[in-house]
Amino acid sequence: MSPVIEVRDLRKTYGSGDTAVHALRGLDLTVQKGEYIAIMGASGSGKSTLLNILGCLDVPSGGEYLLDGIDTGEFDEEQLSLLRNRKIGFVFQSFNLVPRTTALANVELPLVYAGVRRAQRRERALAALDLVGLRDRTHHRPNELSGGQQQRVAIARALVTSPAIVLADEPTGNLDTDSSREVLGILDRLNATGRTVVLITHEDEVAAHAMRTVRVVDGRVAGVLV
Amino acid sequence: MRIFEIAAFAVRGLTANKMRSGLTTLGILIGVASVILLIAVGNGASSAVQQSIAGLGTNILTISPQRAQPGTTAKPLTTADAAALVGQDSPAVKYASPVVSAQATAGYGDTTHDIGQFIGSDPRYFDTTNSAVAQGNLFSDNDVQQARKVVVIGATVAAQLFPGLDPVGKSVLVNNIPFTVVGVLAAKGSSGLQDADDLAVAPLTTTQNALTGYGGLTQIVVQARSADALPDAQAQVTTILNGRHKTTGTADYRILSQDQLLTARTATTETFTVLLASVAAISLLVGGIGITNIMLVTVTERIREIGIRKAVGAPRSSILGQFLIEATLLSLFGGALGVAAGVVGSRFTIAGIQPVLVPSSVLLAFAVSALIGLFFGSYPASRAAKLRPIEALRHE
Ligand SMILES: Nc1ncnc2c1ncn2[C@@H]1O[C@H](COP(=O)(O)OP(=O)(O)OP(=O)(O)O)[C@@H](O)[C@H]1O
Ligand SMILES: [Mg+2]
Repeated sequence: MSPVIEVRDLRKTYGSGDTAVHALRGLDLTVQKGEYIAIMGASGSGKSTLLNILGCLDVPSGGEYLLDGIDTGEFDEEQLSLLRNRKIGFVFQSFNLVPRTTALANVELPLVYAGVRRAQRRERALAALDLVGLRDRTHHRPNELSGGQQQRVAIARALVTSPAIVLADEPTGNLDTDSSREVLGILDRLNATGRTVVLITHEDEVAAHAMRTVRVVDGRVAGVLV
Repeated sequence: MRIFEIAAFAVRGLTANKMRSGLTTLGILIGVASVILLIAVGNGASSAVQQSIAGLGTNILTISPQRAQPGTTAKPLTTADAAALVGQDSPAVKYASPVVSAQATAGYGDTTHDIGQFIGSDPRYFDTTNSAVAQGNLFSDNDVQQARKVVVIGATVAAQLFPGLDPVGKSVLVNNIPFTVVGVLAAKGSSGLQDADDLAVAPLTTTQNALTGYGGLTQIVVQARSADALPDAQAQVTTILNGRHKTTGTADYRILSQDQLLTARTATTETFTVLLASVAAISLLVGGIGITNIMLVTVTERIREIGIRKAVGAPRSSILGQFLIEATLLSLFGGALGVAAGVVGSRFTIAGIQPVLVPSSVLLAFAVSALIGLFFGSYPASRAAKLRPIEALRHE
């Protein structure tokens, strides 16, 4: 099997000179197609930095990131937005829903940029909301939803385009046990349908859902637990 | 991804933030409307002044006394001077009316009114100033000879002292001296900076008797036989007066033709228009800064939203399109409202001036505000659209 994600000697430095922060210091990681990976590590170890780069939301300062075998450094702005739209579903720790906009419209958003027609868009967005158990909250705005519900809207938005890769940054970080279980159930089901899932967590129970756990220490991979 | 979808995002963006959209529109509206109005007021004032001067007729010379040069004594203009100007030596001169003017308060019953101009002259004065009588009669040469206490009043004075009454035949107290109103002049309207109807005209002799005393004249108004004879008349008048005043060097009087008067007054109103135009330019600038400010705040506030849209795969062009359409809608809507407000506002008399719209100012105000709105709506958005999604999301 060919790796869907391959990262070699990845480096990321924020700032420069005396105040420079080396968030990633030569990180190597390979993720096979259909894998379910948990990334763990101390706060500030570089997990979010890594995931943002994997999601093509940020660019590394050094090293290579191959997506489906192609170096992402070669992509131009337009190809990157296409990748973010079609190939990757990203779930933010802080939800990042468009304010003053209904749950349905938020979930439809990636489909609009994908050029899906209105009727079909609605149908797929409703199906995604159904999947996360929010069918009855479609016309609520983010400020009218609980944290767990907002997180589930964000997940629905990440999976509505049926992306090959789902990246989730502490998707259960703000949730209670029941909501966590629901969200993890959704990710499990996504993985069962063949999608590659990479999630960041601080909790061992969450990591237990994954096939393997990658430990990040000081911007490098410290060890892999199977 | 069709333009229609992007436009729908733009409309939703505007309606989701009604307060912000409303304030932006208001800012543009005020900027556009104030520029249009200010320029219209300036234009209205200068065209009113020009009209009032044009009303004087083209064959008039005005002679007024000049201050004495150091070391000489200036002779005042006298009634004899005025009389001497009509005769064999001056075939081009038709009439010469001596004019004195005074400060006067008129009273009738319990009402008093400070008359803008109280003028003493002869009956030809009405002819040279194109004044027609609306009620009653003008006074006659006989009234002047007999120094009768009669007066012809302007429309404003009539309205102030005799609201709803016929003034003809009534007796008014001018500085406590009783005068009989013999006629009311037809209204001429405001000439922008002064009310041409706030005047009263009485016989020269009476005015000198009762009000001014027998000092020099304020003016001699000369009417030439025709507009073409004006240069001849000016030359003849100059010769006669130089002779009578024994002028050597600088004359102690000044002759202005209506043309020169027009030029002089036009220069003043031009200064006024320039002043108003610079006020308008400043208000356009201030309005522009307001628009700029609100657009910048709007976009900055929404950089996170731009980040979210980019994170789910929005191409740069669609984000630019959305903000460009939002800015266009706001600018056009605010600009159109501003034009409407300016046009409606210019129908009202402002500070005694009837504004006259300048079409190019409407265009200018609209175009400038629309361009400012467009530029500052789309420029920050285009910068934000270039950010990496994560940078935009982290923006505070
Ligand atoms: N935009 C930034 N500018 C400067 N430094 C940054 C920036 N983002 C992250 N860092 C630094 O990079 C390091 C790694 O940050 P990162 O967010 O990847 O940590 P993390 O492993 O996700 O931590 P946590 O578990 O708390 O979320 C930290 O020291 C952080 O201060
Ligand atoms: Mg993090």
